Amino acid sequence: MTNGADNNLLEIQDLWVKFPTRSGIFDAVRGISFSLGRERLGIVGESGSGKSMTGRAILRLIRPPGIVSAARIDLEGENLMELSERQMRSVRGQRISMIMQDPKFSLNPVMRVGEQISEAYRLHANTSKAAAKRKSLEMLEAVKIRDPERVYSLFPHEVSGGMGQRIMIAMMMIPDPKILIADEPTSALDVSVQMQVLEIMDNLVRDRGMGLIFISHDLNLVSAFCDRVLIMYAGRVIETCRADRLHEAKHPYTRGLLNSLPRLDAPVERLEVLKRDPAWRDEDSISGQT
Amino acid sequence: MSGILIDGLNVWFGEHEMRVDAVKGASISVPEGGSFGLVGESGSGKSTILRALTGLVPTWNGYMEVLGTPLGAKRDRSFYRKVQMVFQDPYASLHPRHSVDQVLGETLSLHGFRDIDARISKLLDDVGLGASFRFRYPHQLSGGQRQRVAIARALAPEPQILLLDEPTSALDVSVQAEILNLLSDLRKERNLTYLMVSHNLAVVGHICSSIAVMQLGEIVETLSVEQMRAQETQHPYTKHLLASSLGAIKGDGSGADRAHG
Repeated sequence: MTNGADNNLLEIQDLWVKFPTRSGIFDAVRGISFSLGRERLGIVGESGSGKSMTGRAILRLIRPPGIVSAARIDLEGENLMELSERQMRSVRGQRISMIMQDPKFSLNPVMRVGEQISEAYRLHANTSKAAAKRKSLEMLEAVKIRDPERVYSLFPHEVSGGMGQRIMIAMMMIPDPKILIADEPTSALDVSVQMQVLEIMDNLVRDRGMGLIFISHDLNLVSAFCDRVLIMYAGRVIETCRADRLHEAKHPYTRGLLNSLPRLDAPVERLEVLKRDPAWRDEDSISGQT
Repeated sequence: MSGILIDGLNVWFGEHEMRVDAVKGASISVPEGGSFGLVGESGSGKSTILRALTGLVPTWNGYMEVLGTPLGAKRDRSFYRKVQMVFQDPYASLHPRHSVDQVLGETLSLHGFRDIDARISKLLDDVGLGASFRFRYPHQLSGGQRQRVAIARALAPEPQILLLDEPTSALDVSVQAEILNLLSDLRKERNLTYLMVSHNLAVVGHICSSIAVMQLGEIVETLSVEQMRAQETQHPYTKHLLASSLGAIKGDGSGADRAHG
């Protein structure tokens, strides 16, 4: 009630991620602030811009010696920074879940996929095995898997990349989280399967009124898929805009990224090459709070 | 004379009931100095064609010809002086304990060059890396710099044909633009013939003048880049591919429209 924007699921203020190295402390994320409502928020940037670290820091998944600090990470009014590791475990998966880039590495290779989904459900809901299986089959159907009974008993190596990612989505959605963090969920997939997986994720997120943080390096994808975008550079947010206005972005870095994309409908002789301005590093981080 | 001519190529893996036909009756023809793209989803057999051409897959039949010379079961050294390959992942294709100097020097000495020292400096210049990169190891280079080293290594024997297997898919868009520009410049300067594999239609459209679309081991359609841009496609799978890559661009176009209106 005291929370100003009570529509917001997540409020992040002044988030830092630091890694001590031999040559001093390296700041991967440098004091960013943003909020997430029931919307699809895209975070774009190049490799090393700190976008994945931001996603992991929210779930406090940065392992020591990495350090996460923030004025606050409020999930529905509760500051995650103040929770114990034990309490944090009931947040992960149940209230905020995360989908990683490659299903090959995030599924257990020696366990049938159906059992993995059931396990995810049983960990958070106190039900019988049979009920968990029923729920898992429903979930597999919700991610448009044609023959859920058959897929339920397959091992991860027996499913394709696109199907693997849909299984991951099913597993992450089954505890009914409030927020889904998707870190490059479709980069390992073919273009033709990409759209299908995104559509499934989109429908689920929308139907359940969830918040989605979509981390990607693909500007076109983010602009087509999200509502709002944060553009990160060197650990800071340098620009924020509505996703469908991404192509009117003003910052020279964003412009440079957009112009360096080859385009089918607008062929050019030479692609524009991004010239980095050292001053961008020192620009203040822009708040992505609403 | 055509640069690369492939007619009725079949490639398979395994024997008897385990046999998988990875490429079925593929035919392409790339003129000398031309650039040709192969697109399709993973598992469609596009990389397998490159591997069969370079002799990395022994189980194939059909007809393959490079610069007028028919290819048999074995490839001799003169073949590898003419044809070189750049691989997808620069993190995996460079020896982690060989410096740039060793990588390039080894290739040059294998091909019997004498003035190795001068050639290494020249190659590094050609791919836009200075002499300061010469004694670095792969872990001291960024992804884009590594791919430049991989390109320099491929250029070392002065080939006429470069086979490019997803050369930019592991790179950021800004770095991708640099590598694509480098590849276009090199082709112009050296009159190289490119055969490029990619799943990104926009990248293939930028580099190549003709494109073959593959699905389940077969070439379902061959078209020019102009036809592709004009969306003059016959096969439903090509239409589907175009739609999924233009889908992303459409968001782009409508954004621009709004800016004008």
